[in-house]
Amino acid sequence: MPNLHRPGLSRRAWLAAATGTAATGLALTRLDALKAAPFQEPPPQLPDPTKVPGRFVSELGRRATGEQPRRLVRALALSSSSRTPLHELQGTITPSDLHFERHHAGVPEILAEGHELLVHGMVDRPMVFRMPDLRRYPQASRICFIECSGNGGGAYSRSRMPTTITAQQLDGLLSTSEWTGVMLSTILREVGVKPGASWILAEGADAAVMARSVPLEKAMDDAMLAYGQNGEAIRPEQGYPLRLLLPGWEGNAMVKWLRRIEVSDRPTMTRDETSRYTDPLKDGTARQFSFVMEAKSVITFPSYPYVLPERGWWEIEGLAWTGRGRITRVEVSTDGGRSWTDAALQRPILPKSTVRFRHLWNWDGRQTVILSRATDETGYVQPTVQQLWDARGEGTSYHHNHQRAWRVAADGAVTFGLGDLL
Amino acid sequence: MRRLFPCLAALAASACAPEPPPAGSERPAQTPEPAADAPGLPGHAPEHFGFGSAASPERVAIWDIDVKPDGEGLPPGSGSVADGRRVYEVSCLQCHGPTGTEGPNDRLVSASEWEQWPPGRAVGMYWPYATTLFDYTRRAMPQTTPGTLSDDEVYAVVAYVLHLNGLVPADAVLDAEALAAIEMPARERFVPDNRTGGPVVR
Repeated sequence: MPNLHRPGLSRRAWLAAATGTAATGLALTRLDALKAAPFQEPPPQLPDPTKVPGRFVSELGRRATGEQPRRLVRALALSSSSRTPLHELQGTITPSDLHFERHHAGVPEILAEGHELLVHGMVDRPMVFRMPDLRRYPQASRICFIECSGNGGGAYSRSRMPTTITAQQLDGLLSTSEWTGVMLSTILREVGVKPGASWILAEGADAAVMARSVPLEKAMDDAMLAYGQNGEAIRPEQGYPLRLLLPGWEGNAMVKWLRRIEVSDRPTMTRDETSRYTDPLKDGTARQFSFVMEAKSVITFPSYPYVLPERGWWEIEGLAWTGRGRITRVEVSTDGGRSWTDAALQRPILPKSTVRFRHLWNWDGRQTVILSRATDETGYVQPTVQQLWDARGEGTSYHHNHQRAWRVAADGAVTFGLGDLL
Repeated sequence: MRRLFPCLAALAASACAPEPPPAGSERPAQTPEPAADAPGLPGHAPEHFGFGSAASPERVAIWDIDVKPDGEGLPPGSGSVADGRRVYEVSCLQCHGPTGTEGPNDRLVSASEWEQWPPGRAVGMYWPYATTLFDYTRRAMPQTTPGTLSDDEVYAVVAYVLHLNGLVPADAVLDAEALAAIEMPARERFVPDNRTGGPVVR
């Protein structure tokens, strides 16, 4: 692989190599990844930028020609999802146009000018809020992750443990943004919650009129009615013009295109909190209202379909997050889980947000399996898949936050490696 | 219902909020102590800002479509299994198949083996409340023309799907009272979240 040994080859070049592999569909086998990498196109030759004037200013920026990360769209359907390219991103903030999508009846077209939020039920003053009304209330911003509770289900089945799966395919239903809006507690104070109320129902203006019940305690704690995302209005795919934000909880409950909140004394038992988003357990029960996303981490580099072209110093990096507060520790193993080392955590470590972790690794060129495991401020340690199987059974659904592993072969090819540890 | 609610409320209260829910109009203007990362209102904030407008009962009724598990919110009207079959064949069969098992979209009819757990997410062996089927069908179905079925048609097709699952007889007619009275087989299987953080994996 001579062209891969060029001095100064950056990780970005590796990303380009990987996406080159994926240009006609993701590499299907480890061999494909290996084959594709050496045959990448040489970098395009541009005129010396110090000898030609640059382009003018513009009203709207754009990405560099060679930097075109994309969401992964698996099925064009009304109820579908697209995934964030975790393995191509840096830091913790997800560019808004790469935030993952999960819709149950497509993305509705809504004009902010006509949008209304109805708040009623067990309240003293049922009210309708238009967007200018909501924006006039005291505002708040916070950075937090949103993760679909189905994220990671692709690596849970013992009999179907993947090897050629990217971090995007496996865990791309995770994104992080700075959200801006009005605290839901402010609006509930305005309408006056009646004694005895204990739940709210949040309902969207999409074609599924998606609805979820949320305990009033969460609504009064850190829930937000968000209209801003990363400095601009929320994107349509994330709920424009208004969504419910429940920091640390499963994404489905953060109802998008929010148009109605009913304060109640009991849950509504909607389809998406009974038939879906409940977790059947091995003891014959089904866990309901399992809102919190527990501590999790995933190495995003090196990961499939990257190839390490040579032994030596490589920085392992990834993301860790927990819905229960702050990540306190991320450990990395480079020997299949026999020994663990604390990774460096990039500050600031924000509660209910993603944390970037890094570990400098001197790869000796031998085949191995690398893993990460996160610990949160409650003392919860990201479990092994065996621990989840023992606790919930192998037939459960949702909340697959077990440790992920990547196998690094002697030739540098990286594949998903959890199967190697079973 | 009654069995589940108190546990859920207690669990939620202990899990995430330092203060009980607000006590209504007689409570002080101050909101409960917010979480450290959730900014509260400043002390000089007024009790009411007044931004927004009052919602009349008529305005509320336009959007207040949800159906609670005890039947609250179910509209007048009724529908029979026989009528539901006709609705199904026109509006549902294309996506759910001739017997509710073929797809291409969600399977509606559970397999009959009770021993199998989890039983999939079809209605008969997994859905804990029959009211949910009415609520969901009326709000979200048919997928490409949502909200086009009349309340009578929704009652009817709900009756038909329940009949396909062996839960109501072929001559059943469902209205608000009859639908809310149906006891779904999976009802007692649903339990509240017992994960608490800390070292134990659940």
